[in-house]
Amino acid sequence: MLGLVPVILGYVPLTLAMASAAMVLALVLAVALAVERVFRVPVLDQLVLLFISFFRGTPLLVQLFLFYYGLPQVMSFLTAIDGVTAAIMGLTLHFAAYMAETIRAAIIGVDRSQWEAAQSIGMTQGQMMRRVILPQAARVAAPTLVNYFIDMIKGTSLAFTLGVTEMMGAAQKEAAGSFLYFEAFLVVAVIYWIMVEGLSQAQRALEIRLNKAYAR
Amino acid sequence: MIRIEGLTKRFDGTAVLNAIDLEIAKGERVVVIGPSGTGKSTLLRCINFLDRPDAGRITVGDISVDATRAGRADILALRRATAFVFQNYGLFAHRTALENIMEALVTVQKRPRAEAEAQARRILKEIGLADKADSYPASLSGGQQQRVGIGRAMAIGAQLMLFDEPTSALDPEWVGEVLDLMRSVAAQRQTMLIVTHEMRFAREIADRVIFMEGGRIVEQGPPAQIFDAPQDPRLQRFLARVSA
Ligand SMILES: Nc1ncnc2c1ncn2[C@@H]1O[C@H](COP(=O)(O)OP(=O)(O)OP(=O)(O)O)[C@@H](O)[C@H]1O
Ligand SMILES: [Mg+2]
Repeated sequence: MLGLVPVILGYVPLTLAMASAAMVLALVLAVALAVERVFRVPVLDQLVLLFISFFRGTPLLVQLFLFYYGLPQVMSFLTAIDGVTAAIMGLTLHFAAYMAETIRAAIIGVDRSQWEAAQSIGMTQGQMMRRVILPQAARVAAPTLVNYFIDMIKGTSLAFTLGVTEMMGAAQKEAAGSFLYFEAFLVVAVIYWIMVEGLSQAQRALEIRLNKAYAR
Repeated sequence: MIRIEGLTKRFDGTAVLNAIDLEIAKGERVVVIGPSGTGKSTLLRCINFLDRPDAGRITVGDISVDATRAGRADILALRRATAFVFQNYGLFAHRTALENIMEALVTVQKRPRAEAEAQARRILKEIGLADKADSYPASLSGGQQQRVGIGRAMAIGAQLMLFDEPTSALDPEWVGEVLDLMRSVAAQRQTMLIVTHEMRFAREIADRVIFMEGGRIVEQGPPAQIFDAPQDPRLQRFLARVSA
């Protein structure tokens, strides 16, 4: 059984790479979506609402299948996309929809005095968002966003269903050869668990850092 | 020179500012008094476009903005020529005292960081908070926060400083130090438009006192005239009430 561990551990970098890439892309997209939701650009607002509604309203697995197996049939240029890319895209869009709502709520929660002070010193809307509103919203949104990152790490296991050999795929193969099903999947579970625990620690450190300015 | 012509603001159809006309000379200190809800804050907020006026023209130096036609660039230009001191300070909560004062210099005026920091430190010294440069607003007293608020306004080098009841949110023990700082700003011939309920301070600092009621300027004049020989019965009633 111990022989399984290094084999499956070898796929941890892939898992982290998929989750990190999706997290960075999802964050960028989510901030854009959230800012749009706050300022409500005509027409664009309806599209953003539709986007958020769809990606929150359907299961991630269904979305992944739709992109990877479904879309290439109707859009042939997508056939070149491999499973890893499709998984990153799917995770990005799915989690961006959730994170946009978190970020929007955090933006709206920033005290009115902060918006007015930024305006009164002559900041443009972009400067106000970048320098004053988003940094303060980040503090409020951070714990929830880290939770989404944790969900994302676990969500990468779905890439298995797109034919990607990641931790689950590797465990499956090892188990099929040795019949050590319980052991193989237990190793996968423990590795995920350890990664998530590590992140929870980082989350606490991040919160302390972000709250520095607010300590009396 | 600051000139306000026909400044009008309605909230839900009710006129809160009724075609206000007002001229302020360079270096003049004008204090606005009046009962609650008469549009004093709205006047200041409209000058800074924190509330958008429905009509009127605002001229600050060579910037002149027609409220009905004002575009984004006009509004920014006007805001950059004025500075606002808020009743509740409005300090950037995630920035230190020093950074609060530097912010407009770096982000809006695009001054080099080192130069902005040097100026911000000079201002911190002026407002008596050199030792609080790295403190966040949450760790400062109300009086200290408002002094940083005034410092932030001083840094901009605005042609007009707007003060909306700068001491009303303060515990009585901190009022004096904020008024002292405003006196020293006034001594530098800074053009100031101040809304306050501190009548003694108004009498002392103002070149001219304006009494507003119902969105109109009812009476104005030098402090001695307004406080010692008020003409309009509404002003007389108001003064009787606040001095009681
Ligand atoms: N955003 C708003 N929406 C609707 N009504 C408003 C708004 N802001 C102010 N008003 C109304 O406009 C009137 C003038 O308000 P303003 O705050 O200018 O009065 P003020 O003279 O500053 O009073 P105070 O001395 O209490 O500060 C009030 O009746 C107030 O209720
Ligand atoms: Mg007011």
